[in-house]
Amino acid sequence: MERIPIIKIGKYLLVTVQTDVQDNVALALQEDLGNRIIATRARLVLFDISSLQVVDSFIGRVIADIAGIARLLDAEVVVVGMQPAVAITLVELGLTLNGVRTALNVESAVAMAGIRDPI
Amino acid sequence: MSRALSPWREFVILSEVPGLERLTVALRTQEDVVLLRHRVREHAVSLSFSLLDQTKIVTAASELGRNAVTYGGGGEAVIEAARDGFRIGLVLTVLDHGPGIANLDEAMRAGFSTGTGLGLGLSGTRRLVHEFDLRSTVGQGTVVRIVRWK
Repeated sequence: MERIPIIKIGKYLLVTVQTDVQDNVALALQEDLGNRIIATRARLVLFDISSLQVVDSFIGRVIADIAGIARLLDAEVVVVGMQPAVAITLVELGLTLNGVRTALNVESAVAMAGIRDPI
Repeated sequence: MSRALSPWREFVILSEVPGLERLTVALRTQEDVVLLRHRVREHAVSLSFSLLDQTKIVTAASELGRNAVTYGGGGEAVIEAARDGFRIGLVLTVLDHGPGIANLDEAMRAGFSTGTGLGLGLSGTRRLVHEFDLRSTVGQGTVVRIVRWK
């Protein structure tokens, strides 16, 4: 099974979902990310989904769960670069990802976090 | 579950148009759901759907495909292009031979789930498409047909 790479950049972790992923790959990311947060003591995870063209209720739930898991591990997830069509579809589906922080791109996500927790 | 069934609403299926031929995708594993998303996307692009319309029908396909694999024990999906008067659209039929849905009203309610999901699958899918027709017989399986018009 393929795994979604988690890259450490300074004090941050960067997760970039490159392709359409199947369910168990998304679930594996939950576990991998938890482990990496502990191992690196990262406080911020940039979760780049700009390449994702479809987020259905399952993947949406995984994203929300990842944010919740990170929060319990004293880290914050910022979901970066959601496509407008994906956002509209998610809301219509009934999934608004309440409590999940978002940014339009990685740069503004880092800037947003930088104010609170400079590198 | 017994409910008087009206016949499927009839459309002209555009099976002869190159690039819009009827396509069947077997649904057995999670990889098949990924493949279904790609095939539905290709069909929607062939129909010149807008990006938003593509995203909605592909998302709906993903929900139904996953249901068939997760709850229906596998099945198949049929992708077709249809014409209804001046409108053209994408018709997706997903069927499985699983346990069926005992309480349809309950299953269609947002937040209801017998599995580990959020229960948004069926109710959410209905909001993403223009036509939604679900038939299920306990012990025999479930058929869902959705249409998104352009």
